[in-house]
Parts: sequence; C-alpha cells; structure tokens
Amino acid sequence: MGASEASMAYANPLGVLTGVHYLDGDHSAAEGACAAGCRFFAGYPITPSTEVAERVALRFPLIGGQFIQMEDELASIAAVLGASWGGLKSMTVTSGPGFSLMMENIGLGVMMEVPCVIVDVQRGGPSTGLPTLPAQADMMQARWGSHGDYEIIALSPNSPQECFDLTIEAFNLSERWRLPVLIMTDECIGHMTEKVVIPPADRIELVERRFTKETPDKYLPYKPCEDLVPELAPLGKGYRFHTTGLTHDERGYPVMTAEMQEINVHRLVDKIRKNADKIVHVEKKNLDDADIVVVSYGISSRVAIPAVEKARSEGLKVGELRLIIVWPFPEKEIRSLAGKVKAFVVPEINYGQMVYEVERCAAGKCRTMLVPHGGGWVHDPETIYRAIREAAK
Amino acid sequence: MTVTERQSCQTPAEPEHPKSLLLRMDRMPHIWCSRCGIGIALGCFAAALERAGLSPDDITVTSGIGCTGRAAGYVKVDSFHTTHGRAIPFAVGLTMARPDLKHVVFSGDGDLISIGGNHFIHAARRNQNLLVICVNNFTYAMTGGQLAPTTPVNARATTAPYGSFERPFNLPYLAASAGASYVARWTSLHIRRVTDSITEALQREGFRFIEIIAPCSTIYARRNKLGDGLDLMKYYYESAVIDHEARLQDLDIGFQSRIVVGKFVDEERPSYVRSMNEHFGKVLGGKYVRPVTGDVAGSSGAGGAK
Repeated sequence: MGASEASMAYANPLGVLTGVHYLDGDHSAAEGACAAGCRFFAGYPITPSTEVAERVALRFPLIGGQFIQMEDELASIAAVLGASWGGLKSMTVTSGPGFSLMMENIGLGVMMEVPCVIVDVQRGGPSTGLPTLPAQADMMQARWGSHGDYEIIALSPNSPQECFDLTIEAFNLSERWRLPVLIMTDECIGHMTEKVVIPPADRIELVERRFTKETPDKYLPYKPCEDLVPELAPLGKGYRFHTTGLTHDERGYPVMTAEMQEINVHRLVDKIRKNADKIVHVEKKNLDDADIVVVSYGISSRVAIPAVEKARSEGLKVGELRLIIVWPFPEKEIRSLAGKVKAFVVPEINYGQMVYEVERCAAGKCRTMLVPHGGGWVHDPETIYRAIREAAK
Repeated sequence: MTVTERQSCQTPAEPEHPKSLLLRMDRMPHIWCSRCGIGIALGCFAAALERAGLSPDDITVTSGIGCTGRAAGYVKVDSFHTTHGRAIPFAVGLTMARPDLKHVVFSGDGDLISIGGNHFIHAARRNQNLLVICVNNFTYAMTGGQLAPTTPVNARATTAPYGSFERPFNLPYLAASAGASYVARWTSLHIRRVTDSITEALQREGFRFIEIIAPCSTIYARRNKLGDGLDLMKYYYESAVIDHEARLQDLDIGFQSRIVVGKFVDEERPSYVRSMNEHFGKVLGGKYVRPVTGDVAGSSGAGGAK
C-alpha cells in the first residue's frame, strides 16, 4: 500500500449555522461537531460539559444526526467507537470523573485505531472535586490515562470561537491519523459566552475517511500506509475484517508475542511521534527577541495576557508560546527557544503538569517556572506578572 | 516413526469444515478446550445464519472478553473483539450507525451480566436492535474459574472455595424484566432448538436474548467434581425441562438442579431506532431529518433525506 493522501470534502450546509452568534464554549463545540459532519453522539450528563450534549440533542434531529444519552460514560465511549466503525463521525463529551471512566475504551480506540472525538470540559479534582469550577488538571491524564504505551492528540481551545474551530480540527485529525482525539477545554471556556463566527459550509474543509481501495481478498485491516496509518474498510461489503483490543497482526488477528507487540505498539506510537511536525499547532507572539517566554494553553493563555502586557510595558522582553495542540507536545519549539531565552513561565490551573514537559525539553538550558493554581478559579494575572518579574531577575 | 516413514504416509486431504464459509479457518485451532460448549453454540449460530438465508455480509458480531468473548475472532464476518463488559454498548453504536445490517453480540455470562450488567439492562430497556447470545458456563473460565453472577449456590469457584452462598441471576427473568422483546434459554445439548431459536431471533426486531447453558469441563466441572463434558450433557439431558409457559421468576438454576428451558418471551415491539424515527417524525414533522447512516455518511455528514 502506498501513501494514502487524505482527501478533503466541504461541510454539509445542513449542519452549518453560518453567521455571527453569541455562544458559550460548550454550545460552540456542539456547533463545531455539527459542522464537522459528526452524526452520532453518545453521552452522559456531567457538569460542566452537559450543555454540549443538550445542544447536540436539540440540533441532531434537524440535521440527520443521532443523539443517545447512554447509561454511563463507559457505555458512551463504547457506543462512539461502535458508531465510528459503522461509518459515522462520532463524539462524546464529559468532565473529570467521566473522563476517568472513559479511559479503558480510549485505549481500545487507540488500539483499534478508531477516529472519534472526546471533549473533556475540565473541572476541579481529584474525585468529585469542584463540579462547577474550572481546572486544567486532566492534562497528564489526557496523555497517559489509559494503560499501556500509546500516543494521543489533544487540543486546547481558549475561546468559544476556538471551541468551534478546534472541534472541526479535532475531527479532521482523528480521521487523518485514525485515533481518538481529545479536546481539553475547561469550565471557564465552556461557560464563557462570546462572539462566534461560523463560516459558510464551503469554507469548512473536512478530511475524508480513509476507506481502502483494495479488494476484500487483498485487504489487510492493519497494514499501514507510508504515513503508518492503515486504511479502513466499510462494513457489510465483503471485507469481513476482524478487529480486537488484543495485540494483533496486519490481519487484525491476535498474536500474543513480544515480537508482535513491538510491531503493533511501536507503530501506534510512531504514527504520532514520527508525524508530530505535521500535527503540532502553536501560536507564537514576540518570540524573536524574548528573554522570558510564557508557555500556556487554554484559559490560562488568556489570563496571562494582561500580565505579559504589563511586563512588556515596563520594558521586559516577554514572548508567548501558546499550545493549541498540547499533545503531541511541541518539543522542537521548546528545545530551540531554551537555548535563547532566560526562562519559561508556565501558568496552569494545576500544581504542575505541562510544566514538566517544558522543563524536560528545556533540559537545563534555561529556568522553567511553574505558576500553579489549585483550581476553582483562574489565576490572578498579577501572580503571573510577579512570576515574569521573578524570572527576569 | 522416522522422518522417511512419516513422509511416506499419504494423509488424505483434509475434508472441508462444513461451516468454513462462516468461520475463519485460518484461525483454527481455536482456544476452546475439548468438551467445552462454546463451539457448539457457535456452530448453531453458523447454522442459523444459513437457515435464515443471511450472507456473512448482512451481519456483524461483537464480543467482549472471556472464553466466549473469543467468538468474534472466529466468525468470518465484520467482527469486533472489544473490552470486558462493553460489547453491548459498542454494538449499540454499530446498530445505530448501520441499521441496515443485523448486529449480534456473542459473549459470556460474566462479561454480559456482571461487568456489563448495566449495559445489558439499559439496552434491553431501550429495545436496541441487537441479538444477544449469552453462553452461560456458570463461571469465569478464562481467568481460571472464579465466582460469576450465575454460579449456582453451593457450587465451588476459586474465589468461593467453600462454595457460593450468593443468589445468582435468573437471566431470562432479568432480560424480560428489563424489556427484552425475545427471551429464550437452552443448553448446548439442545442443538436443534438453539439453532431454531437463533434463526427465529435473527428475523425479529429489538433486543433479543438467548441464554445457552454450556459445559465448562476443564474448570467448573472439574472443581465441582461433575465429571467431564459428556457427564454434563447427561445432566442436561436428565434435568432440562422444556416449558415455554414457565413463569419467568421460577427459572432460577440451583447446583445440579432442574434447568427449565424454552422460549419465554416473543413480543413485537418497535426497536429504539424505529421508536426514535416515529417519535421525531410525529413531534418535529417536516423539520425532522432522518438519520444519516454510516454506509452513505461520508465526511460531510451528508446523505440525510427528509
């Protein structure tokens, strides 16, 4: 099998509410799903993500989609995987406790290579924590939460507009790389209402599902193309394929050996690692002559803005690197900046998660300073400002 | 025998397996022990597909984890070997995305009724369009014979070394109470009845449940000193009573007790997707767009016709 170039299609106008809207992040993510061609949604109510499900329940019967409220999050993610195999773009949404429950089948999605999207509207934890208040404390769970070795893709919108835009990007990435893609938003973004511009359908490009062109007798469900991604087969068309969560060969048949583990799992990891340059998505601001770089994502990137502006107005050379895609982590960007700057300042609503990735890639070449927040609210920009001043010393 | 001798032996050509069209012969031999009842259940399923006039391209099979959970790996159809307990919700996604196909969940008692119990009752309540075949061997066989929610009182398991004192589930009663539209129970001795039942259920709509009691000779029977597979077949022969009219609440199975078998529920009720279409059609009228199905969806989600 050669290189299978992802082909593109335009959005179906039926699902696209073209125009200027005043939406919260949760509703905007739901509109992003409608526009992206998502036509199956299975979910379970959990604050602060429920509004996504509510909006989908309202919209789907009008656009040819199916919404089902499942009995729990275990069932929700399982149904999403099944529906995706059935040929529908599929999504679920949850928050901390539900995200924990979904972990096993996110691993199944990785192993079976199922395109789908999972939105985690983060709230304070551990356990039931702070159901109605924000946090960014599931970032490492997003990366490592399911057992075993794997790579994942996770995005982090910082506005209702990005909840729309990045939901479409998440679906495109999931189809392109054949894996579950996570959208790591938070209560603050989810419940923040802002202007959201939804473009015309013919301005929204979607990645087509990669169905094989091989005939059933030649098709191998897990034979990778050059980009390490195998092609899907439609159901009921004579392919009669098998897929399993067990370690498997190119036929999809279980093979329980160290050799097959190496072939199977190494490819799953390499599929993302070796293609990371094509996936990484960051926003850069004032990096050219920066001494200090604020590395942030999601709501914290917005809270950092007044802190950066104040420091710059006082003559400090502060740049910003915003992670729009948090996983895979933009290692190259951090490594190259580390040799040039004095310090990274990392504000996040947890006691240290993404900061360890920054520190790892900085590799001692510059300081890395965490600006922690336990959750329940966002940082006071003043704390970030003080950290920038401290870093400049 | 020397190598030369062996080479000189003319082995007759292997006869083709009668169900080779429906089985992945490249995966044989299977992992099941000799005298295990799962193969019988799978054989009946293959026979029923033929009898129902279905092509392998008309159905999918989804399994969870366990001995019976391996069934999906041996049937030559689009087949899904999922996680422990989640075969039903996975298949719910399949059946909603591809209502044009028939979707079968083939798994064991521990998988479907213990770890997957919540999904079982909710899929039955919603009358999801699934045929659920549950091979009940009274134990967790793959992990070595632990206590199951179906283990009869006084039967021994590795995690109930002094015998079980828990009341097991009465599966037909559970399925019927939760809303299943078709409920039957047979043993793996009742090959013709099992095949008839699966054939019939394949042509029904909604949540259909068939329990097939099957011997686990290596684990359950040995620990409980019940003899081998043939002895268990004799037990079924002597203790199984066909009673289609039996009261569902009377279908409990005690240790080596009478086993009441039969078809207990066969009702025509609309499946989840049919109810959804009828409801939205009524409430939303012309605004309702019938669901796009996975065979035509494409990337844009196009294909929905009013």
